[in-house]
Amino acid sequence: MSTETLETPVVKDKEALLSKRRKKFVTDPLSDDNPITIQVLGICSALAVTTQMKPTLVMAISVTLVLVFSNLIISLMRNAIPARVRIIVQLAVVATLVTLVNEVLKAYAYDMYKELSVFIGLIITNCIVMGRLEAFALGNKPYDSVLDGLGSGLGYSWIILTVAFFREIWGSGKVFGYPVFEAMGIENFATNGLMVSPVGAFIVIGFIIWVQRSKSGYIEH
Amino acid sequence: MQQSNTYIIVFSLVLTVILGGLLSGVSQVLGPTQKEAVDLDTKKQILGAIPSEKAALAEMTKQQVLDRYAEVITSEVADYQGNLVQGQVAENVNIEKNYKKSAEERVYPVFKYSSNGEEAYILPTFGAGLWDAIWGYVAVSPDFTTVEGISLAHRGETPGLGARITSDEIQARYIGKTLVDGSGELVSVTMVKGENNPESKLGEHKVDGMAGATLTANGVNSMLANYFGYYKNYFEKNVGAEALSMNQ
Repeated sequence: MSTETLETPVVKDKEALLSKRRKKFVTDPLSDDNPITIQVLGICSALAVTTQMKPTLVMAISVTLVLVFSNLIISLMRNAIPARVRIIVQLAVVATLVTLVNEVLKAYAYDMYKELSVFIGLIITNCIVMGRLEAFALGNKPYDSVLDGLGSGLGYSWIILTVAFFREIWGSGKVFGYPVFEAMGIENFATNGLMVSPVGAFIVIGFIIWVQRSKSGYIEH
Repeated sequence: MQQSNTYIIVFSLVLTVILGGLLSGVSQVLGPTQKEAVDLDTKKQILGAIPSEKAALAEMTKQQVLDRYAEVITSEVADYQGNLVQGQVAENVNIEKNYKKSAEERVYPVFKYSSNGEEAYILPTFGAGLWDAIWGYVAVSPDFTTVEGISLAHRGETPGLGARITSDEIQARYIGKTLVDGSGELVSVTMVKGENNPESKLGEHKVDGMAGATLTANGVNSMLANYFGYYKNYFEKNVGAEALSMNQ
């Protein structure tokens, strides 16, 4: 330890690439400041796409990409954006990125595009994206903003993937489209239709929030 | 920081031009790939109307699907009266756009399937489900009496309920059903209300329903009834004669 400090004495304001402060940007949204379970944002897509794991995974990746890149772009432009039209500027950037994701899916993963196209379009109005731009990217440096976007994206992803896991296994008896119960030799597993409808997502998210808050002791004020 | 109006206007203009340029550029670059993807998807749906082909589709690569399609499918386009329309490619007919015209003004593409002596006519259909559009490809026997298979798709039916029309389980129920009665009158094939009806109760013109999705089933029923009606003329004018000459 001591030799290291001797070797780099001058550059003091240069922060480590993954300093403690920066790690918090990524880890906080995973549990303590989760966009879905604590901030309760982006619920609509969490309900809509989570009947199966495969589309959910594509959705999670798409949202994370849009979050990271919109945070980066807005942060790069933060000093040039006129305060009075900042929401419109954010919206334009987000909409452009979402359209890009949609076009790429249409070209290279047409089956996913057919299934998700409506919901991909709705990322534009996903409160998490606008929320992070407004609350973080407008006032922070690009690299920090990228980490923040990544954190929120991952926080969103693991929740919707968990919800999708329970909904798919109870609702259709499958995981990633693979019939697990048949593979285990259970032929007539009774699937639960409730899990396939959005109500199922509410119930699962409710349980996740319950478990999380009873562990963390978080109380809504 | 309060910027001048000029700055705001210039900023907005520059941003719009950059983002707009980016999007149109991407659209230009990806356009051909997207067209291929749509094309492939349509061909998969057409082939999927034949049960034996559908089973093989899942394991085929893109090129194999295209090759198989070219091998077993020939197509033509007919009008409402059943006369053949020249100068139109059946694969390029947009069924949804056509659906917006009146039935008499539409053109009707027909895909002929022929493999190892097995023959069927695959007819595109389009209609309204409970929430949004539904469409499908029905394979019927050359004598226009039996449903050989069907592939159905939808845009916004309820997952787990109406959306089940895309599942193999539901589509298999249509195989072998009869769409004309004893005297040759068209009666179509309808899906009944309620699920798990015994086969004896259903008979040759009805298929078992989907619990909780009767309204989607009604949409499929009227779509099939309509399009069997539209294609009747085509079969009377073209296929009947051809089938006869082949039998002789």
